[in-house]
Amino acid sequence: MKAPRFSYVRPESLGSALELLAEHGDEARILAGVQSLMPTLNMRLSEPRLLIDINRIDALKGISFEDGTVRIGALARHAELLASPLVAEHLPLIAAAMPHVAHVAVRNRGTFGGSIALADPAAELPACAVALDATFVLASLRGRRTVPARSFFHGLYETALAEDELLVEARIPALAAGYRSSFLEFARRHGDFALAGVCCHAHVDGAVLSDVRLACFGSEDRPLFAGAASAAAEGRAWSGDVKQAVKAALGGDLDPIGSFHASAATRLHLAQVLTGRALDRMVRAG
Amino acid sequence: MQEFADIALTVNGDAVARRVETRQHLVDFLRIELGLTGSHLGCEHGVCGACTVRVDGAVVRGCLMLAVQADGADVWTVEGLSDTGEIADLQQAFIERNALQCGYCTPGMLLTAAEMLEAGRRMTRAEIRAFLSGNFCRCTGYHAIVDAIETAMQGRFGG
Ligand SMILES: Cc1cc2nc3c(=O)[nH]c(=O)nc-3n(C[C@H](O)[C@H](O)[C@H](O)COP(=O)(O)OP(=O)(O)OC[C@H]3O[C@@H](n4cnc5c(N)ncnc54)[C@H](O)[C@@H]3O)c2cc1C
Ligand code: FES
Ligand code: FES
Repeated sequence: MKAPRFSYVRPESLGSALELLAEHGDEARILAGVQSLMPTLNMRLSEPRLLIDINRIDALKGISFEDGTVRIGALARHAELLASPLVAEHLPLIAAAMPHVAHVAVRNRGTFGGSIALADPAAELPACAVALDATFVLASLRGRRTVPARSFFHGLYETALAEDELLVEARIPALAAGYRSSFLEFARRHGDFALAGVCCHAHVDGAVLSDVRLACFGSEDRPLFAGAASAAAEGRAWSGDVKQAVKAALGGDLDPIGSFHASAATRLHLAQVLTGRALDRMVRAG
Repeated sequence: MQEFADIALTVNGDAVARRVETRQHLVDFLRIELGLTGSHLGCEHGVCGACTVRVDGAVVRGCLMLAVQADGADVWTVEGLSDTGEIADLQQAFIERNALQCGYCTPGMLLTAAEMLEAGRRMTRAEIRAFLSGNFCRCTGYHAIVDAIETAMQGRFGG
C-alpha cells in the first residue's frame, strides 16, 4: 500500500507546468488535491514516472465573479466552494451539492479542477457543470481552447483533455432572474459517492418550467444531460402528470450501469424518484 | 527530476528539515522519520480517517498528502495538540463518555473534533455526525464519540 517511485516537480508558473506536460506526455501526471490520485498510487493502479504538482501556481487559484459569470479556478478547493459567498449567491446548485462531496478532510484538499478532470461518473461537480452549461478553459503549449461541459465528459474517467493539456478554470453563468436550482442524491453514507443523483436548473414562473436542464450522475458512465426528460417538463405547468412524463422520459435518457452496489433497475428507479422530488422542491421553493 | 527532495516545515511548533523520498506520504514521514506514532494508518487510501492530521490550520488525510507537499507547511498531530493543552477538555470528555475502546481511530477523531470546536458554536448531533463521516470507528458505534464531542462543546460554548 505504498506508492511506487516517481519523480516530482513543483512548477511555480502555468507556463512551466505546460512545458513539463508537453515534454513528458503520458509518463507525467498532474497532481492537484491528490485525493483521487494518491489512492491509485498507493494501490499501484497507476505508476506515472513524473508527478507535476500544480498546487503553487497562483493563476489556477480563486473564485471570482464578473459580467454575470463565475470563474472557478482549477485549484479552488472543495472547502473553498462550500464556504464561498459568491457560490452561495450565484451558483446555488453547486452550493447545495458541496456538502455531499466527500468528507471534511477530503474537501480541505480536493480541488474543483481535479474533480472535473478525473470525471468520476458519480461525482457531483461534473453533473453541476453540465446542468449549468459551464465552459471549461483548457491550456497547452499549443494554446488555449474552451470546451462546453456537455461535450467535455466522454465516458468513464474520460474527458476532452489531451495528454498535454491542463484544465485552467471553469466559467459558469450566474443564476439569472427567475431561475432556480435543485440538487438531490442518494448515497449509502453521507459523503460517499452517489448511487444516483440529479441536478436541476430551470426558469420557474409560478408552476411553469422553462429552459429546463436536468443532469443525472451516478447511474451512467458519465454525467448525462437528460434531454428527453428536460423536454418533457419544458413549458408546462408542474403537475402529477408532468412528473410521470418526466420520469418516463428519463427511462429513455438513461441506461444505467448495474454493479454490486445497486442494480441498473434500482439506479433508474432512484434517478426517477430523485428527479421528481427535486422538481417538486424547485417549484415549491417559490 | 528528483526521487528525493529536501523539505523544511514545522511540526507541532518545532522546525524540522529532512531529505525525503518523494513517494513518502505525510504520515509515514511523521511516524518513521520523526517518531510521532500518534497518527495512525488504517487503509492508506483515504477511506478511514485514522491518519488525520492538521496542515496549515485544516485537517487533511495524512495518507493522501506527500511529505514533499508539506514543504513550508505548519503541521500538527495529536502529540502536539496534547502538549499544548488545546484539546485537553475534548480528551477528558472522550474518557468520561467512553468514546474510545481500542483507541486506533481516536487521534483522527480528536483532530477532526478539534476542527469542529473551532467553528466556535454548539452543533446538533446530526451536524457532528456529518462532520465525522470521514472518520471510521470499528469499536464504539459512534454514539459515545458524538456524546463526547457534544460534552466538549457544552463545556466551551455553554448550554
Ligand atoms: C474518502 C473519499 C471520498 C470521496 N467522496 C467523493 C464524493 O462523494 N464526491 C466527489 O465528487 N468526490 C469524492 N471524492 C474525490 C475527491 O472529491 C477528489 O478530491 C476529486 O475527485 C479529485 O480532486 P483532486 O484535486 O484530489 O485531484 P487529484 O487526485 O490530484 O487528480 C485527479 C486526476 O485529475 C488530474 N488533474 C487534476 N487537476 C487537473 C487539472 N487542473 N488539469 C488537468 N488534469 C488534472 C490528475 O492528473 C489526476 O489524474 C472522494 C475522495 C475520497 C478519498
Ligand atoms: S489511512 Fe488515511 S484514510 Fe485510512
Ligand atoms: S475505538 Fe477502536 S476503532 Fe474506534
